[in-house]
Amino acid sequence: MTLSDKIVTSMPSQGFEDLRHDFLKALRCMILSRTLEDKLGSLYRAGGRIVGGVYLGRGQEAFSAAAGIHLRWGRDIYGPLIRDQAGRIAFGEPVLDAMRTYLGVSTGPMRGRDGNIHRGRPQVGYMAMISHLGSLLAVVGGALFARRLRGTLGDSVGATSIGDGGTSTGAFHEGLNFAAVEKLPLVVSVANNQFAYSTPTHRQYACEDLVDRARGYGVGGHQVDGTDLLACVQVFRTAFQRARAGEGPQMVVGRLLRLGGHGEHDDASYVPDLQKHSHEGRDCLVVAQGQAVDLGWATPQELRQWEKEARKEVDQALAQVSKEPVPDPYRESWQALSTTALMEGQER
Amino acid sequence: MSSITYLEAIREAQYEALRDNPEVFLYGQDIGTFGGAFKATKNLGREFPGRVFDAPISEDAMIGMAVGAAVEGARPIVEMQFADFSSVGFNQIVNQAATLYWRTNTPCPVTIRLPSGGTAGSGPFHSQSMESIYAHYPGLVILTPATVEDAYWMLLDSVKLDDPVIYCEHKFLYYHLKADGFGQRMPIGKARIARPGRDATIVTYSAMLHESLRAAEELRLDGYEVEVVDLRSVKPMDTDTILASVARTGRLLVVGESFPWGGATAEVIARVSSEAFHLLDAPPLRLNSKDTPIPYHPNLWKAHRPTTASISAELRKLLRY
Repeated sequence: MTLSDKIVTSMPSQGFEDLRHDFLKALRCMILSRTLEDKLGSLYRAGGRIVGGVYLGRGQEAFSAAAGIHLRWGRDIYGPLIRDQAGRIAFGEPVLDAMRTYLGVSTGPMRGRDGNIHRGRPQVGYMAMISHLGSLLAVVGGALFARRLRGTLGDSVGATSIGDGGTSTGAFHEGLNFAAVEKLPLVVSVANNQFAYSTPTHRQYACEDLVDRARGYGVGGHQVDGTDLLACVQVFRTAFQRARAGEGPQMVVGRLLRLGGHGEHDDASYVPDLQKHSHEGRDCLVVAQGQAVDLGWATPQELRQWEKEARKEVDQALAQVSKEPVPDPYRESWQALSTTALMEGQER
Repeated sequence: MSSITYLEAIREAQYEALRDNPEVFLYGQDIGTFGGAFKATKNLGREFPGRVFDAPISEDAMIGMAVGAAVEGARPIVEMQFADFSSVGFNQIVNQAATLYWRTNTPCPVTIRLPSGGTAGSGPFHSQSMESIYAHYPGLVILTPATVEDAYWMLLDSVKLDDPVIYCEHKFLYYHLKADGFGQRMPIGKARIARPGRDATIVTYSAMLHESLRAAEELRLDGYEVEVVDLRSVKPMDTDTILASVARTGRLLVVGESFPWGGATAEVIARVSSEAFHLLDAPPLRLNSKDTPIPYHPNLWKAHRPTTASISAELRKLLRY
């Protein structure tokens, strides 16, 4: 039985026609993301191929993809975080970039110098996250700021993501406050996935809901059921429209559950069963496939076909990357500055 | 002949950078209408409308913002109100700015101005010298101008560099240090023989250059010719010039204002000891501030940092060996 056969939803079958295109685009990204991540998880567990950790976005694909589909590769600015594989695909990142970075080959954007989710192509507005949470907000904001200063902002928009844990950092506060002061066209996705690594939300914040903070920052606040793709597509459409319309930063808080550990090394045994079986513990991909069928936007056959195509794309990427060269320490430049003349002798 | 101060040189360099390149903008606390806590950006906001921005008190976001802007091709100059506060932006400096080129092949032309070093009455949190902290991290250029000429040329060079620059300007030199003009540009990465000598070498930088020159002058009265090397940039460090000087004198004293544990002065000693041990006629000495926070009262502050007197005393110790 495939994912698409399992779900029954109570979605009404009319009134959402204008979301159809976005929904289906996001759904296909979710399918590809889940397929890719399942493969990465398998490679990790098999051992040997992936050197570092594997950090998956299982359970967060709907929320991530619904943001990513509003971003245009080469025109908008995106600073995704750890659980944004679906959003990265929606933005336009090729599967090859992910595979190459996880396997650390020298053909990838990070050339073996950084791995897994720490990848990007800043020259085209695709920022490569560092591990320090919250620090991307100001970077994405700064890129928008520079465009506005130069007069090239146009209708471009920036987006970045954070989790419930990341909202506790000083960098998140400083970055969002700065973006609000500058009234930048920035959409901040807050995936409230209930656990920051193992720490539950009641040890993370004391406000009733993270969206309450939006008012304090003077930014637009939006809430959504992060397990519900249709709702996510709708809410992000509004948020991106408002950001592009000059209404300043928009903060979208999605309630969901991380369906797995912090990374694949983590069995997440600290997540109570009750929570796994709660509404927020639903698998957003199963929900979305059910919605697609119920709305008459896709047939189960089509869903299976998309899954098949995704598997093919992922398998091809893996096969190709497996043949590509790994970095060679003797050919590595070991140069941290772009100005070669200012590098001190390495042999010292 | 009209004279120009170290602070005016910094302002002038920013003026010219703004004038010559539309990608340059200034970002910092109170730097707009107010002209900055030290007036290093005085009138620049008026002369370049829409190019000089007051920042919220958010050093982390200020640096992060500059990195994002640099990715887009801008060349921001960020003023930290005091070098000490850059610790709040530390993560963005050493992890975001400093790793960007190496990780992603994207240049990061950000200049971060750090009003550095002690002045009487400034206390523990408005007196720090951070050059050694930042020099420890790969991917940053650390400039420590000691003269009006270097303050001017090195700031202009910073803005042109495609790498993040930590520009450590010394507050003690702001108003007192004057020159008749900006002289000749010297390239970044080259140390300068500020005073030639044959009996001992002092390697130093920033405000300690001037204390060291005075100490060398004192020793001249005793018949010693002390060579003084101004590093100009802590990173890259011009090891060749240091070694050549030690080859001439056989004795080395390294003077820095920052805290004594590790750092730029220790780096000089380490390089000379490992690469030119045979050139040394005496154990190399190092003089830094004391290993306590920087004190408030002038009596304590003067005893905390190296001074002409304490440098002279160390020199005598070195020459007696």
